[in-house]
Amino acid sequence: MAKPKLAIYWAASCGGCDIAILDIEEKILDVAEFFDLVFWPCAMDFKYADVEAMEDKSITLTLFNGAIRSDENYRIAQLLRKKSVVLCAFGSCASEGCIPGLANLCNLDSILDYAYIKSPSVNNSNKIIPQTKTKVPEGELTIPRLWNTVRTLPQVVDVDYIIPGCPPQSDQIIEVLTTIIDILKNDKPLPEKGTVLGATDKSVCDECTRERDIKKITKFIRPYEIIPDPDLCLLEQGIVCLGPATRSGCGAKCVLAGAPCRGCYGKPQNIRDQGAKMISALASVIDSTDPEEIERIIRTVPDPIGTFYRFSLADSMLRRVQI
Amino acid sequence: MEKVSITIDGKPIEVEEGSYVLQAAEELGIKIPTLCYYEHMTPYAACRICSVEARDGKGWTKIVTACNYPAWDGLQIFTDTPRVITARKVNLEMLMSHCAPAPVLQELADELGVKEPRWGIGTDTCIMCGLCVRICDEVVGAHALTFSSRGIDREVSTPFKLESEDCILCGACARYCPTGHIRMTDTNGRILHSELTLGPNTAISIPFRQAIPNAPRIDPDYCIHMATGGCKLCSKVCPKECINYEDKDEFEELEIGAIIIATGFQDFDPTPMQQFGYGKYPNVLSSIEFEQMNNAASPTDGKILMENGEEPRSIAILHCIGSRDEDHHKYCSRVCCMYALKFAHLVKEKTNAEVYQLYIDMRTFGKGYEEFYQRILTEGVNVIRGKGGEIVPAPPEYSSEGNLLVRCEDTLIGKFREIPVDMVILCTALEARGDAEDIARKFNISTGADGWFIEAHPKLAPVSTTTEGVFLAGVCQGPKDIPDTVAQGTAAAAHSIRLLNMGEVLMDAAYAEIVEEFCSGCRICNGLCPYNAITFDEEKKVSEINSALCKACGTCVAACPTGAIKARHFTDDQIYAQIEGILA
Repeated sequence: MAKPKLAIYWAASCGGCDIAILDIEEKILDVAEFFDLVFWPCAMDFKYADVEAMEDKSITLTLFNGAIRSDENYRIAQLLRKKSVVLCAFGSCASEGCIPGLANLCNLDSILDYAYIKSPSVNNSNKIIPQTKTKVPEGELTIPRLWNTVRTLPQVVDVDYIIPGCPPQSDQIIEVLTTIIDILKNDKPLPEKGTVLGATDKSVCDECTRERDIKKITKFIRPYEIIPDPDLCLLEQGIVCLGPATRSGCGAKCVLAGAPCRGCYGKPQNIRDQGAKMISALASVIDSTDPEEIERIIRTVPDPIGTFYRFSLADSMLRRVQI
Repeated sequence: MEKVSITIDGKPIEVEEGSYVLQAAEELGIKIPTLCYYEHMTPYAACRICSVEARDGKGWTKIVTACNYPAWDGLQIFTDTPRVITARKVNLEMLMSHCAPAPVLQELADELGVKEPRWGIGTDTCIMCGLCVRICDEVVGAHALTFSSRGIDREVSTPFKLESEDCILCGACARYCPTGHIRMTDTNGRILHSELTLGPNTAISIPFRQAIPNAPRIDPDYCIHMATGGCKLCSKVCPKECINYEDKDEFEELEIGAIIIATGFQDFDPTPMQQFGYGKYPNVLSSIEFEQMNNAASPTDGKILMENGEEPRSIAILHCIGSRDEDHHKYCSRVCCMYALKFAHLVKEKTNAEVYQLYIDMRTFGKGYEEFYQRILTEGVNVIRGKGGEIVPAPPEYSSEGNLLVRCEDTLIGKFREIPVDMVILCTALEARGDAEDIARKFNISTGADGWFIEAHPKLAPVSTTTEGVFLAGVCQGPKDIPDTVAQGTAAAAHSIRLLNMGEVLMDAAYAEIVEEFCSGCRICNGLCPYNAITFDEEKKVSEINSALCKACGTCVAACPTGAIKARHFTDDQIYAQIEGILA
């Protein structure tokens, strides 16, 4: 019997997800032994044409990381959807936009303008901005068109499962891959479509062992301002920790190391908009009834969108500030 | 103790051996006069007025003092033999030679037939009975008094005649001094209006007439026993042995099915309104002080008197002090017009004083109220439409009419007026109690801008609150008069009884619940519930909602960062669907 086929692709992403897959150490050998790795641009040389040549639904599992922000991302997402039985949005970029998704605060023109012209580190006196088509003596060069809006993978194609995290934790990747191998080997039923794999239904607080009590916040503190109490809930110490509104599964590693949760595992099961939910929760525990005092306390949160929507802006209900 | 038989004036009685003859005589109803005897103290035999003749079976007799002569078997006592009378007479004459005829001595002299004491009449007022010294020593335990000097210089005083630091001002010495040698100085017959509330009271008393339970209690601030460890007289006289000095305030936890809040109001303090001179001029009274003075049990016996003890010639009653006033309370206190009219009626009934009512609007809205107003008008009360503006001491030219001058504008004749009066009554506003906010927090109800508790609905649920099972009665909900208070109190009682008798209580189907499998125990919701319905399960590490307490306000639902809290019938999905429906 032929081995099941595995594809791993990166769209608009940093590459961290691919590294996270490699980070499963010797388990990668089990994966390589069980699957026939047919497509993994980050690790080996494959051509899009190879994939196009495959029969539809011939790839058993595709782990797709990265957001969709170019014609190329979109084309390959559609291609892999067509060729795969199971398509997983792997990591935060694919599932909710992640850092690339923050581009949705601005429009494409202003991003290009800043990245290629206005940025202080750029010396571009001719104001050259990448064009999709460029004529050179050898002929016409094309690069994929960049989109005005960053999309998540589920926003553009039908996705079977989501594996959250920036990046997904390697122990969770092992868990997911082992489970899938077990399912395929023993012909077990697949999980329900839309299931979030490699995570739980609760929030990071569930895995956090810090002591928690009734919360009353009088001031938000940035992590560098204090040495946090090692045993007490960071939120109770005034540090904005997104743990309460973030899906658990990561093992609360950041929080237990003293760094507040930034929310990379995305919204919990019942939540539509992670940032809004966290703001709603925080607003509830601000310890004042005086509107001016409340305003003053709220102002101690720097960069609210970057804080509350760092990973989920593209998937949120917020729309861009700059049209 | 063995029982022994004695006879007094021929009447036999069995008493304990060694007990004193005076007690046996008392039991037999034979009167023996005393001056220095007090049943709760060791007999002292200083005055010797209780002299009696003791005789044994063999005919041997002698004069002894009954108060400290011990009984022995076969003792015969005679209390009215010529020898006894002579002895008492001589003793009394000797006392009188030292001490001016105090009423108690004069009475005895009349009784014994002492017309002119042979050794003259003294000028002192003390008979050296030692009751004061001994009561301070034995009963009160303050040890503040003593005998000093000897012989004819002997006298009762504090040690070294200095002001005693040990004296607790209990007044027991003055109370038991038979001649009035020791006196507590009183206030010269002046009536301190500000102290009208302080009726005469003992340290053990029933706090007020309607007190529940209607039983006396010890005021530890004034109890001699609490101050010195002595006294305990009340426990000695209480036949049921009810006195318990060890009793302390206790906090009890009660399981109850309904709560009626009837915490009432507090009187507006008119002191800050300096134009009325309350607290500055002695005869400017607040309405409650005037009401207390009118009580038959007041220090004035219900008479309307000024501080100098004289009846006022005229009285002004000023309405709306602190009510209907932008600077204080904007609302109408509702009860003042009617009690002001009642005051006018009382003044007319009890005195010949002129009465002036100074009002903004006469609000006689209740049943029979307008009729009462009309009656007051026929009683010759001067009714002036205009709020009292200022009270100043009256200049000398007004001294024949009054000591104070009330300045006001009479809006009906459009003139400024100055009215001389002797007494002013300020009809002060009813205001919410200072601790109303605390009470509101305790019972999860709310207060309005004026501090009154807010009812569930002003028209349809005027007795209920937003907290199920908590009801309001009386002025704590807003100013109201006695009939309205009684009506609301009765309604609250009816509501409570209905709840108590239900057995099972129907709850609103809309309440919030926590889906345990999604709760991560972040505890963000824990401090939010205005109804204290949320608790944290330390073992399961999840929060829980008591659905019986939940009012479905949704605060926790909005706050729950994992969406584990769901408002039944108002779930996120339902609300999103509604929004989508509207936007479609």
